Amino acid sequence: MPTVLELRDISKSFPGVLANDHVNIDLQEGEIHCLLGENGAGKTTLMNILYGLYKPDSGEINVRGKKAEIHGPNDAIARGIGMVHQHFMLVPVMTVTENVMLGVEEKRNGVFLDRAKVAKRIREISQLYGLEVDPDAYIKDLPVGTQQRVEIIKVLYRQADILILDEPTAVLTPQEVEGLFKVLRSLVEKGKSLIFITHKLKEVMALANRITVLRNGRTVGTVIPGDVNPEKLASMMVGRDVNLVVPKKKANPTESVLEVKDIYVEDERGQMTVRGVSFDVKMGEVLGIAGVQGNGQTQLVYALTGLLPLQSGEIRIVGETLKRGATPRHILERGVAHIPEDRQRHGLILTFPIHDNMMLCTYYQPPFARGIGLQEKVIMDNAETLTKQYDVRTPSIYVPASSLSGGNQQKVIVAREFSRPIKLLIASQPTRGLDVGSIEYIHSRIIEKRDEGVGALVVSSELDEILALSDRIAVMYRGQIVDIVPAAQASKEYIGLLMAGIRPEDALKSAPSVTGEAERVF
Amino acid sequence: MSANKEIKKTEARSSLAKMFGGSAFQSLLIPTLAVFIGLVIGGLVIAATDAGVAEAFKNFSSDPGAAFKSIWTAIATAYGALFYGSLGSPREIIAGFKALQATGDNDAFLKAIYPLTESLVTATPYIFAGLAVAIGFRCGLFNIGAEGQFFMGALGAAYVGYSLKGLPWFVHLPLAILGGGLAGAIWGAVPGYLKAKFGAHEVVNTIMMNWIAFRLSDWLLTGPMMTAGFRPVTPNIQKTAELPRFFEDPLRFNWGFVLALVVAWLVYWFLFKTTLGFEIRSVGANPDGSKYAGMSVVRNFVLVMVLSGALAGLAGSAQVLGVDHWVGQGFSAGYGFDAIALALLGKSHPLGVVLSAILFGILRSGATRMQSLAGIPIDIISIIQGLVIIFVAAPAIIRWLFRIRISTGDETVLTRGWGK
Repeated sequence: MPTVLELRDISKSFPGVLANDHVNIDLQEGEIHCLLGENGAGKTTLMNILYGLYKPDSGEINVRGKKAEIHGPNDAIARGIGMVHQHFMLVPVMTVTENVMLGVEEKRNGVFLDRAKVAKRIREISQLYGLEVDPDAYIKDLPVGTQQRVEIIKVLYRQADILILDEPTAVLTPQEVEGLFKVLRSLVEKGKSLIFITHKLKEVMALANRITVLRNGRTVGTVIPGDVNPEKLASMMVGRDVNLVVPKKKANPTESVLEVKDIYVEDERGQMTVRGVSFDVKMGEVLGIAGVQGNGQTQLVYALTGLLPLQSGEIRIVGETLKRGATPRHILERGVAHIPEDRQRHGLILTFPIHDNMMLCTYYQPPFARGIGLQEKVIMDNAETLTKQYDVRTPSIYVPASSLSGGNQQKVIVAREFSRPIKLLIASQPTRGLDVGSIEYIHSRIIEKRDEGVGALVVSSELDEILALSDRIAVMYRGQIVDIVPAAQASKEYIGLLMAGIRPEDALKSAPSVTGEAERVF
Repeated sequence: MSANKEIKKTEARSSLAKMFGGSAFQSLLIPTLAVFIGLVIGGLVIAATDAGVAEAFKNFSSDPGAAFKSIWTAIATAYGALFYGSLGSPREIIAGFKALQATGDNDAFLKAIYPLTESLVTATPYIFAGLAVAIGFRCGLFNIGAEGQFFMGALGAAYVGYSLKGLPWFVHLPLAILGGGLAGAIWGAVPGYLKAKFGAHEVVNTIMMNWIAFRLSDWLLTGPMMTAGFRPVTPNIQKTAELPRFFEDPLRFNWGFVLALVVAWLVYWFLFKTTLGFEIRSVGANPDGSKYAGMSVVRNFVLVMVLSGALAGLAGSAQVLGVDHWVGQGFSAGYGFDAIALALLGKSHPLGVVLSAILFGILRSGATRMQSLAGIPIDIISIIQGLVIIFVAAPAIIRWLFRIRISTGDETVLTRGWGK
């Protein structure tokens, strides 16, 4: 098979970091080549070089055997290279057709937009590759999975035959991921070549023809899926052996530490996004809330932690019914730890040094404060201890939190929240965007807390994470909990269907709710 | 052993760096270069408007050397006068000091240090007002109302100063100082409360409060607070309310400057060493994160506006009790507005504010001398100040000019956009 794209000895450094260190990759016609690596391994830098957004310090790019100078996206597109970004570049108030033609407008008589012609092309492309989409639909009305198809159509419309997909599954439900994979397979069947960037091992195993692993900016190796297993890939990525599923003993749940009764919550814009949710969390168990992002989980957590007011319903935390307008501090002082979904918006003061972030929620209490005076020595000692204990990789405790990688930022939050006495842990997307090593670490810490008798509520849109951590699984869809099943016997298919909005009774027809004979728990 | 030393060193450096919220060197570098570039461009403006330079350039083709020399002469004369007028001459100061030692006659000495002390006199209200704006910036608030708070503070201090009689100085003076602070605090509290309660933007409301202060003072000075006679001014304050002066007339240098330094240190301690200051800086850096951490964002807004108003009010106290001893119409010379500029220049850090305030004091008080000696209009100082602020606000220009690499540290967020 001919080689369509070749990256030779690419190096790129940024001040203080060698992002790519003599990286080599080649892409053959009609293959799916997965680029696997942890965050910060240099995947995105490499692709941005290929797309002309960065200029490499050294190395060369060959497209179809010819040396290519790529100075910007236009050069890349001219050579048939197209990129599907992780964050969609679509205009929500425009139709699919308008978005596709944006930048390469088709004109009639040199003045008028020829929407019909473009729409016809879109239908042809849809048909050819199984990318179902209505050209006249508005982007804002489309589900995320369909929006992604539009992104792919955009690239195909520009006649790309080398497609780069940057973490395309991050925003999709399991069913949508399946759909995407079908599309990608049909693309390569028709002769397109794909580079698929990800840090998810399962996807790589399911999809790739070949896999190139990057670590610390270097190519660790190129392998084919038949020769490796996920554990092997993980250790190539991280550079050591990794537990993909944290081992855990059977849970030992005792009394309820969190009881939620029929609560309704409005988001900041006044939309009722949590509509009649009830559940409870017992000490010593993990209740996982599965669901595609944007189904009210965020607002549910905000309500539980005092960041949004309750419209109605009741929340009991450690035996105390929360009063109307209970503040975050009141809740925190009941022994609640909160690992927030958006670590940069809520979890950290990015411009503050690590030592201040390590006591962000308890700065006013002894031993960090005496009266109104901050006890600097205690604060520094605390930070030194915690960075060691929680393995936060940082040059010192004096650097601002913004200078840490995502995984280390998350470790700072976990360290801070776990270092005070807690009874209830509320963790929202605790490993979003983190690499395998950090995920392993944070998962094991959460299980450790569970075994100490802490009740944990874990919200995640990663089904694998929910399955790995939970003792019971609740599925949230459009502001409601549609079902709660015990995790040990939960079937992934059933939960996936619920996440996609299929009602439990219909979902049961195509997949059993549990794989064993355990009863349903409500 | 050496490892231990290394740790000590990083600690020392980090505490310096911490003081400025970044690397100390970088923090000082940009403002210093900004001042330098401001002076250079200001010099070019002086040369461009100088009659002698214009004359010399008419004969440029026959004598280009003279033309360039005339530029140098114009700038040197202007800045010579500026710094002579604001710092005095070291030679005269030394000579005066020697005469004082030899003969006990302090005339020559006082005359020699007069320009320097006048600069510090001007710097005094600048320090207070600069601290007022800086503490607001630290909490993400843009207090444009320092001018009005300054005015109200002056009136408050004057009122306590002249209306209370027969008190010993150690009671009267503190009361008068606090009277100014209280008046300013009230003026700051109103926009703070409106922001906390209704989300009304503090920029709009502090501007409104400025106008209310100006018109209210017009009425007070022509009515309730007017002295006997026909001039729209307050009565002179009692001797017991005056901030004592260090030297005899006409030197106006007084304890107000020392008070300003003490307050600057207090603000530093408050912001960086207490839980309350921690909250303020946290809310300023990330209100969402602060809410998550259990802080009340709105309570901090009110607290900071009260403190900011009080500091601006103290500027008024210091000016009335230490320098003027009465308040008249048009009392403030724009101290409150200049304070915004110098808080920016000082990176909202108390030490930075003190240094910038002294610089502004030097420029302002030297400008008068420059006008009389070199015939350069005072407004040139406003141009220099404006240039300095542009370069501080757009550090990219300075970095580009001097090829400075961007530090990996953070930039202090001075204030957020208008939308929030």
